[in-house]
Amino acid sequence: MRRRRRTLVVGVALAAVVLLGVITALSLGASGLSPADIVATLVGQGTRVQELIVFRLRLPRVTTALVAGVAFGLAGALFQTTLRNTLASPDILGVTGGASLAAVFTLLVLGQTGAALGIAAFVGALGIAALMWALAWRGGLVGYRFVLIGVGLAALVQAALGYLLTRADVRGASEALVWMIGGIGDTSWPEVGTAAASLVVLLALVVALSRRMPVLQLDDDTARALGVDSTRSRAAMIVLGVALVAVGTALAGPVAFVALVSAPIARSLVRNGGAALVASALVGAAVVVFADIIGQHLLPGGLRVPVGIITGLIGAPYLLWLIAAGNRKGTDG
Amino acid sequence: MTSAPQTPDPDVPGRTASAPERRAHDLRAEAVSLGYDDRTIVDGLSLALPDGAITVIVGPNACGKSTLLRGFARLLRPTAGTFTLDGRDLGGLSPRDVAKVVSVLPQQPVAPDGVLVSDLVARGRHPHQGWFRSRSSDDDRIVAESLAATATLELADRRVEELSGGQRQRVWIAMVLAQRSDIVLLDEPTTFLDATHQLELLDLLTDLNRDRGATVVMVLHDLNLAARYADHLVVMSSGSIVAQGTPTEVITADIVRAAFDLDCVVTTDPVAGSPLVIPIGRHHRAD
Repeated sequence: MRRRRRTLVVGVALAAVVLLGVITALSLGASGLSPADIVATLVGQGTRVQELIVFRLRLPRVTTALVAGVAFGLAGALFQTTLRNTLASPDILGVTGGASLAAVFTLLVLGQTGAALGIAAFVGALGIAALMWALAWRGGLVGYRFVLIGVGLAALVQAALGYLLTRADVRGASEALVWMIGGIGDTSWPEVGTAAASLVVLLALVVALSRRMPVLQLDDDTARALGVDSTRSRAAMIVLGVALVAVGTALAGPVAFVALVSAPIARSLVRNGGAALVASALVGAAVVVFADIIGQHLLPGGLRVPVGIITGLIGAPYLLWLIAAGNRKGTDG
Repeated sequence: MTSAPQTPDPDVPGRTASAPERRAHDLRAEAVSLGYDDRTIVDGLSLALPDGAITVIVGPNACGKSTLLRGFARLLRPTAGTFTLDGRDLGGLSPRDVAKVVSVLPQQPVAPDGVLVSDLVARGRHPHQGWFRSRSSDDDRIVAESLAATATLELADRRVEELSGGQRQRVWIAMVLAQRSDIVLLDEPTTFLDATHQLELLDLLTDLNRDRGATVVMVLHDLNLAARYADHLVVMSSGSIVAQGTPTEVITADIVRAAFDLDCVVTTDPVAGSPLVIPIGRHHRAD
């Protein structure tokens, strides 16, 4: 069928774009390796020096971008589809903020890093999501209630973050600030490896639950009529989304707007009315990888900025457009 | 539990080898109370839905008819009493097992943005798919048949939001048909449709009942359409049943007054031969 082929073509094309981004990111930098050198090194045909540059210096950063991109892109798709509202992405709802808050608290107050940061991020994100669910759920799903309450919670989380930062000493605060903007520079293999392994587990769970996604896109009554316990299934999807947000945030910080923009871009490419989960994950990866290339190599005057600044520059206008367009259509998504 | 004949049945036009086997079912409410929050809407009501018939529930606004249908559809848990399907408590059955036998068209179903007609209808196959049984050619055939039966086959590649109200309602019915359940519940399926499309839809549901033997249960607003299309008519008022039976038994001036607080003359529908309610208002009286 034509439409199924379209989904496949879009998936393959996006994967190619991501691969192109990875090779580009690996070949840019001071030591001037060509894309051909990079490919040769990746398949084990490079020199010792090339291997050192690619595997030790550059690949951790690119892998971080990939893992964070997939995690945020997929989390956004899960949230938006499950709550049936384009604005209901974890970054808008304060869930990503909850992960940051807990992580910054762990970093500044408890002085812990590594796995503790990841666990804290998950607990923080889950706490905000549970609070949002408790406040917004009224015997059924009303998408805009989640958005309104989520926006309120996001403001609350920002206030708490601001408080933590003002109380911290200058060095700690500036470290936390860079992390909060979404920097992927200083990740090491063990960190990236843990995040990637967690991501793989979560991807498997998403695949296991994704069969219900087309039904969860419908309203609660219709979903239940089709034999899906919609409340429980929606909650399960949200928990998975929260875990993905935690993986992404613990690794790369709350990279702005990736969760918000990835799924709508993916859906407009696939155009079958489905949740476009695979495409959303790939769009997320492509956005973070290319945003980091821009932030590190393409700014005038050799300026380098964290990846979150670039995604914010892309994402904020999109958010404005989304709200304006949504109002014109007179729907709540 | 008897199966429908697998060979063409000369007595039943349209029921051919391709018709799925149909089993007899027993869906009933036993002394159920239903409500939202603290408000009780249906109080201690019992009703057995006749198998293989078209049952229509009518009643004034807020009489609890949609609430009752939601209970039968397992969309609302009773606060007292039980709904049973084939003798078993509906609430204790798995949602998927219920969905294989009972399909539901809610009052205002919402389609996802950008979904194509054929994709939406295919979602009706969900209860029949599982871990080891994903979408098959069987499903594709049933989806195509459901589209054909509702005259929406030519809309298959259109987006649902582009369709007119009548077309959209037919597409939702196609999704319900794709579920291939023996019992079909519909909550005011003719709302928002003009007269032509109302009749078209009710004829379609009658086909479903006659050709496939499906038990059809629906809530309708229009008394005269209800009287024409129902085999079994249930009249409700303030949460309980006022009368039930064939339309001829049930539709009398006294019962209409009791249920709707409406004076009327009941005559005979010159087309269908069913009872026809002519309401009497304060104005426009010929005598």
